[in-house]
Amino acid sequence: MRTATDVVCPFCGTLCDDIEVDVDDAEKICATRNACIIGDNKFMTAQAPDRHLHPRIRRGGELVESTMDEAINKAAEILVNAKHPLLYGWSSTHCEAQEAGMALAEGVGGTMDNTSVCCHGPSVLAIHTVGISSCTLGEIINRADIVLYWGCNPVNAHPRHMSRYSLYKRGFFTERGKSDRTEIVIDVRRTETAQKADIFLQPEQGRDYELMNALRVAFRGGPLPESVAGIPRAEIEKVAQMLKDGRFGILFFGMGLTMTRGKHRNIDIAISLTADLNTYTKFLIMAMRGHYNVAGADQVSLWECGFPYAVDFARGFPRYNPGESSATDILARKEADAALIIAADPGAHFPIDMVRTLASIPMIAIDPHVTPTTEIASVHIPSAIVGIEDAGSAYRMDNVPIRMRKVVEPPEGVLTDQEIIERIHRRVMELQGLEVPEVTAVKEPAEALAPSAFDDILQRAT
Amino acid sequence: MQQGRKVSRRMTSSDPVLTANLITGRTIEQGVAIEGWKDKQEYIDAAGFVHIDPSDFKTLNVWPGSSVLVKSEYGEVVVRAIKSPYGPHPGIVFIPMGPWANQVVNPDTTTTGMPSFKGIMVTITPAPGKKVLGAIELIKMTTQGGVEV
Repeated sequence: MRTATDVVCPFCGTLCDDIEVDVDDAEKICATRNACIIGDNKFMTAQAPDRHLHPRIRRGGELVESTMDEAINKAAEILVNAKHPLLYGWSSTHCEAQEAGMALAEGVGGTMDNTSVCCHGPSVLAIHTVGISSCTLGEIINRADIVLYWGCNPVNAHPRHMSRYSLYKRGFFTERGKSDRTEIVIDVRRTETAQKADIFLQPEQGRDYELMNALRVAFRGGPLPESVAGIPRAEIEKVAQMLKDGRFGILFFGMGLTMTRGKHRNIDIAISLTADLNTYTKFLIMAMRGHYNVAGADQVSLWECGFPYAVDFARGFPRYNPGESSATDILARKEADAALIIAADPGAHFPIDMVRTLASIPMIAIDPHVTPTTEIASVHIPSAIVGIEDAGSAYRMDNVPIRMRKVVEPPEGVLTDQEIIERIHRRVMELQGLEVPEVTAVKEPAEALAPSAFDDILQRAT
Repeated sequence: MQQGRKVSRRMTSSDPVLTANLITGRTIEQGVAIEGWKDKQEYIDAAGFVHIDPSDFKTLNVWPGSSVLVKSEYGEVVVRAIKSPYGPHPGIVFIPMGPWANQVVNPDTTTTGMPSFKGIMVTITPAPGKKVLGAIELIKMTTQGGVEV
């Protein structure tokens, strides 16, 4: 039995890096500590006996097991024969695989898009318009005395966010933790996050934009109607005063704003609201990123080609035009003639019209588990689970990069996302008649399986 | 209704109809179920339901846990009706993000890339005897089911 410590949880954008995982002598994960229920489940189901370990290719209407070489070859043929392939997902894998994906997308002249498109894509569009004043979560721990959650529900979506960073954690200027902070929640339902808030406002659905503007008017002491978005004027003025009176405030926002009518305009006004508050106090804003490395997908795309998501390489150079070059719109307009889906499940999470397009074109799905996407794929290649069976870099919701650790070896024959993408790319180059470079994939050294990343440091310190 | 007594009834034009504003989103159970449980009953239990405000339940006149048909102009789906623990929010219903919700959400991105996953007008009617399909079964039934290459 050994215990891996300082393991990073590969589920949500909180990227908790204090997980302990017990591994028995047969290299089976048998327990976790510190993880939330979702994180614990992710580790405990990683080695489930019914996990699919072999690639499958659709034959006679059914997915039939094949060899890895066959699946890689078939995947490469699909991409080479396509005029406009879509390469989508990338958020539940590490930056190294995303980097390999960018090269593949450029090589096949496809569109590279990540799950930001149906997550915080609108936030990115708003940032293009008005910029953003944000910070790291460490600043929140030490300084924030006003914590405003708007259209997000961390108790359900980021279960340890409040205890690790935003509410209960004791910091340098917030020695008493929750007692030193005021929690304000604005949501259309009284969620668990809202139920224990100091202040809860329940606006009418889809009218957050009006409410934010009303708060901006209230900051300036301007006239307001009797109620805005169903919230009485007195309540709006009270909350406006509380926000102004704080020493250091933070606005966390989620899908309640980005998916609601107005979309990027809601975020535009939320950022403007925080900018206004800086006339009176210090106030910042942060997106509650969902997938554990969706922020990394944006970062990799940015440093590789200058654009964060929805990048179209069809013309041989990167073009960025969300609404046109976004995966959702491409599928809605039935423009893609092939797709490679990795580290995401649009089969479950895209509107059904878009899924119908995915199911009607040759599609490669790379995913450790069986999902609605893999079951409508032409080729399914199971992969190692990043953060459990593969190490790599990921970006937390505040854009801090964290090294994901490897706890156990992947099952025999199962390749990592990076290896699969690089092998497909090499085969694509062969089919295109290009010179194939030497293998560049670097296997994580055995040290990555050592109990703790900090052991060396501790030993030296003592 | 007596417990255990089987009630069979056919839909008629006088069946109750609830018109509501649908929002979708994450729940912690849905988060657990998407990691390795998508082909299992656990996923149906975690995401194949609709939260309805207790006051709206009276309009619908069904037992909590019964099957209901949720319909929008974009599609329809059978899910279980559950009394919302996050009320009061009359007029608003919630389905966890997933294949069930995505049968009825508005795919229009209004040129932002983001479909409209919240704020969809739906009607809900009782669907006695109708089964909530599994995620994979549902996707295979409502799409072409994949292409051979």
